[in-house]
Amino acid sequence: MIDEQVLDGLHPMDKLLRADRIPHIWCPGCGIGTVVYSFLSALIKSGLDLDKVAVVSGIGCTGRAAGYINLDSFHTTHGRALPFATGLKLGNPELKVVVFSGDGDLISIGGNHFIHAARRNMDIAVICVNNFTYGMTGGQLGPTTPIRAKTTTSPYGNTEHPFNLPYLAAASGAVYVARWTSLDARRTERAIGEALAKKGFSFVEVIAPCPTLYGNMNKMKTGLDQMRFYEENSVIRHGAEPKDVDITLNGQIIVGKFVDIEKPTYLDLRDNIGSIV
Amino acid sequence: MSEKSPLSGVFFMTGDTACAEGAISAGCRFFAGYPITPATEIAERMAERMPQISGTYVQMEDEIASMNAVLGASWAGVKAMTATSGPGFSLMMENLGLGIMTETPCVLVNVQRGGPSTGLPTLVAQADMMQARWGSHGAYEIIALSPNSPQELFFLTIRAFNLSEKYRTPVLIMTDEVVGHMTERVVIPPHKNIARYARRKPQVPPGEFLPYKGSDDLVPPMANAGDGYRIHMTGLTHDERGYPDTTAEAQGRLIRRLIDKIQTNKDDIIEVEEDQLDDADVAICSYGISARVALLPIEQARQEGIKVGLLRLITVWPFPEEHVRRVAKNVKAIVVPELNNGQIALEVERCVAGAARVIPVPHMGGDIHQPQDILDAIHRGAK
Repeated sequence: MIDEQVLDGLHPMDKLLRADRIPHIWCPGCGIGTVVYSFLSALIKSGLDLDKVAVVSGIGCTGRAAGYINLDSFHTTHGRALPFATGLKLGNPELKVVVFSGDGDLISIGGNHFIHAARRNMDIAVICVNNFTYGMTGGQLGPTTPIRAKTTTSPYGNTEHPFNLPYLAAASGAVYVARWTSLDARRTERAIGEALAKKGFSFVEVIAPCPTLYGNMNKMKTGLDQMRFYEENSVIRHGAEPKDVDITLNGQIIVGKFVDIEKPTYLDLRDNIGSIV
Repeated sequence: MSEKSPLSGVFFMTGDTACAEGAISAGCRFFAGYPITPATEIAERMAERMPQISGTYVQMEDEIASMNAVLGASWAGVKAMTATSGPGFSLMMENLGLGIMTETPCVLVNVQRGGPSTGLPTLVAQADMMQARWGSHGAYEIIALSPNSPQELFFLTIRAFNLSEKYRTPVLIMTDEVVGHMTERVVIPPHKNIARYARRKPQVPPGEFLPYKGSDDLVPPMANAGDGYRIHMTGLTHDERGYPDTTAEAQGRLIRRLIDKIQTNKDDIIEVEEDQLDDADVAICSYGISARVALLPIEQARQEGIKVGLLRLITVWPFPEEHVRRVAKNVKAIVVPELNNGQIALEVERCVAGAARVIPVPHMGGDIHQPQDILDAIHRGAK
């Protein structure tokens, strides 16, 4: 059945997008838009009061998402989305605070903030689009770039070990950890929905193509090439040990829900001291 | 009034404690910080007091995070503050800029110690005065206040919050280790007698609101997250809708307004103390603890028959240019003692433009000036 909005010439997510800011800056074949769609679908299904949802981004291609989403949205400085989001959440605990940013932003320059927000079990849902590179600045080596992958600053192939993001998140204290690829748009939507419903620090990594830069330098020149790679190489393994879900250049991508536990949040613990103040 | 409410009465307090109580009296209900000498006592006081008054104290992983958390809390609608010293102040510069660009009210206290780098963690300096003015990248105006006692630190903290809310900008309190750690009489007025300014809220419904369109005073009203306005905030150069517009025209419009909203309201922002300047041949221009040290040499010089007066800068930024120029017309020399190698002295020279001699009295910090050094400079100026 064709959606009436499609007949009207509207995008089904128009109400949640700042349509006056379109066209967006993302390249053809980029996976970020797909993840934004999965996020907005999850939001609509969540039943949350959308006036009480705030989206916080850092800097980079993914960091631009906050600017296109028609909610209270904050485009902060590089790596700093999480501490800003922490202030926002503690300033008004009624808000549902979502951080939507990239791997370089959240895990390299923002890595310290990431582990500490997870350690505190701060009530924030984090969506991390991982394209293995710094897109905005032209395709440099990042904290998730697989060993041997070429980037503009690893022209002979990367010689650094990358972070395994689910392992990092789980070890730091996240209560919900999942990974999907942008090919799995519906599973990504469901995971984000679960992350939104979860109390505490939840983390969804979404592997996404960057055909212009990362793909182009690593023998996957189109978004479709990368999506085909995900189709052929991603393996669903719910409950996998996070330490076992490393990503290599041409190896399997283990996807699924890895962590879903209960633990008192920062606010739970803080509010418990009320009686002794 | 219960002990757990904002305090009032007469107390014997350190400057750092008075600063925390000033913040509470101003309506601050959020403090994010990271331990650093000699500002730690502000965080400790806030950790004790915030839970008593339904506020938030959160200890962040570093000063970068602290500054960001303060900005986030301010967008949630809460008056927010952080406090630090030299190395932490350096780390906060990036997101001080975000606060300026996004017009986020908040207060940042720097209890200055000797630098550069780790320098003198426990000892005084006033060497971050130019960093306060120019430390974040880009062109901007900043408001910075400098108290000379715990009592004044209490009142200036309230004033800092009021200015930050009124002009939608971060406000710096540039105090120092001596004022922060000295213990003195602090009178806290009844809570109802303290004037508190709250940010202006939009008067139009969502959809009609332009979050970055300045009012007559060039300051835009502010909608908080959760108010239903679905605002967008970005550190990128932006238009009146708050949307990125990275063009020369948008940059000119936005940065001009950010500068002008401080410059055109200077008379409201600038506060100085003028003492014995009417007949003065020599003026001392100083601020913070150094201005207080100067009181003794001024008295000694007067006893010797040298007519000396004091221009004490309570607001250091924006710089009180007109006050300095006015003083320069009537004196032979302006003596500028400060705990650095001559920072505010440069501003004084710029404003005086040769109308009087400017005699810096630099001291690298670690302790305060010897009054004799200032008296010697007065003697040179009186010649």
